[in-house]
Amino acid sequence: MLRDITLGQYYPTDSVLHRLDPRTKLFGTMIYIIGLFLCKSWIEYGIAAAALAVMIILSRVPVSFMFRGLKAIAILLLISVVFNLFLTDGEIWIKIGFLRITYEGLRLAGQMAARLICLVIGASIMTLTTTPNALTDGLERSLGFLKVIRVPVHEIAMMMSIALRFIPILIEETDKIMKAQMARGADFENGGLIEKAKAMVPLLVPLFISAFRRATDLATAMEARCYHGGEGRTKMKPLKYNARDYAAYIIVIAFLVLLILIR
Amino acid sequence: MIEVNKITYDYIVRDENDEIEDSVRAVNEVSLNIAQGEFICVLGHNGSGKSTLAKTLNAILLPTFGEVLVMGMNTRDETCTLEIRKNVGMVFQNPDNQIVSNVVEEDVAFGPENLGVPTEEIIARVAKACERAGIAEKRMMSPNQLSGGQKQRVAIAGVLAMHSKCIVLDEATAMLDPIGRKDVMRTLISLNKEDGITIVLITHYMEEAINADRVIVMDQARIVMEGTPKEVFSQPERIRRYGIDVPQVTELAEALMKRGVALPKGILTTEELISELKNRKA
Repeated sequence: MLRDITLGQYYPTDSVLHRLDPRTKLFGTMIYIIGLFLCKSWIEYGIAAAALAVMIILSRVPVSFMFRGLKAIAILLLISVVFNLFLTDGEIWIKIGFLRITYEGLRLAGQMAARLICLVIGASIMTLTTTPNALTDGLERSLGFLKVIRVPVHEIAMMMSIALRFIPILIEETDKIMKAQMARGADFENGGLIEKAKAMVPLLVPLFISAFRRATDLATAMEARCYHGGEGRTKMKPLKYNARDYAAYIIVIAFLVLLILIR
Repeated sequence: MIEVNKITYDYIVRDENDEIEDSVRAVNEVSLNIAQGEFICVLGHNGSGKSTLAKTLNAILLPTFGEVLVMGMNTRDETCTLEIRKNVGMVFQNPDNQIVSNVVEEDVAFGPENLGVPTEEIIARVAKACERAGIAEKRMMSPNQLSGGQKQRVAIAGVLAMHSKCIVLDEATAMLDPIGRKDVMRTLISLNKEDGITIVLITHYMEEAINADRVIVMDQARIVMEGTPKEVFSQPERIRRYGIDVPQVTELAEALMKRGVALPKGILTTEELISELKNRKA
């Protein structure tokens, strides 16, 4: 299951989207999400989906990668569709026993599904085309103004990028511990929910211990490499806006204006 | 370049009330002088204090008693800490736990970034460091796609990019396979010979020690032997008492000598043994 999450999984190719400044992509994704929530009619959803399709083509990332992120929200998707389908009042379309589906429910469920799918794919496009480091750099720079109210922006960005770096390592480690315990007769597959949860305890304890040990090691290694917080730090790849970034800003804003005008 | 002056280091175990419960002396009155351009190998079995000694060399640990001077700067002086760490770089045991970034070249740039080096110079330094460490073609890859030996060379490149004059390797080869170990050793030897970088190699592989200018053997928190690899390994009985082995070739030569084959003491490499055996025949 953990392997299915595409968030934070960079897919290296050399597309226009890859070369955009991470701040542009963050802003663009944010505007896209706001746009999605403004959508009311199917025409608007059509425009949003078309925009997404253009982005997928521009990104040159295989479409299967985009949809991999959907697996992680499959259950959420199912629940929200079912609830909207059966619990919306309105003109009845089909009635089976106490269950009834209304036209409004059908529409709401469909739009909710479309919204969630576009949301996840939209966010995936950003993470697939941006290296985690560029992403945290972008966040650090975009949210720099929060430093005034003493939010440790640099530290948070650093923690995020380190977390992203260690996700695959910890997944591998979980796998190793699981196999070691299965070799000694541990059972992770059978039994009810409670038994399964109980079986996780002996898995989590060694995982946490190892994670703490890694954290200590990494802290020492970072100190040995002269890390002393964000002050006086320079960048190998400082963020710089290019012509294509300004163009992207204009397109994104035009997209939002179009959606608002159509309403 | 580095002057270690009678240092002692105690690990202190405290109970909940912050009272001292127990203390372990990891390093006991050790003195050591490391000259610029030297290749030093520190040997010792587990718990002999060699890693603790290494960590005092760049102010990660401060000695309980005594002083460490790096190019004249005392490691106790906090205003010098950055300058000391810039000059004495360190590579640790676990390759995964010292790589900060998701892209090789960005990780190599981490040190110079912390030092506030201007962007253009960082790019130049990173290119050169990757070249020297032999990972130039891996620059754009993720560290997760590299082998252990390659990851350690990324760490070495990270130190080189800070323009360190000395690299301390704290059992950096312990988790590597034989090929990875060989690659790392080859890189270190060339850095030492061609660029004059001081190397302090902490290890328990004897084969690595034969490349050093000086071998230091530690046991029970003290330095017990010191000398060229030849001097140290020509006393196999004594070394074994400190819980470490001699290189396999040396062991073979020793066994031959016991069987009555006349050989000189302290043979360290296969080539040496072969030529000695050939000479005997002639």
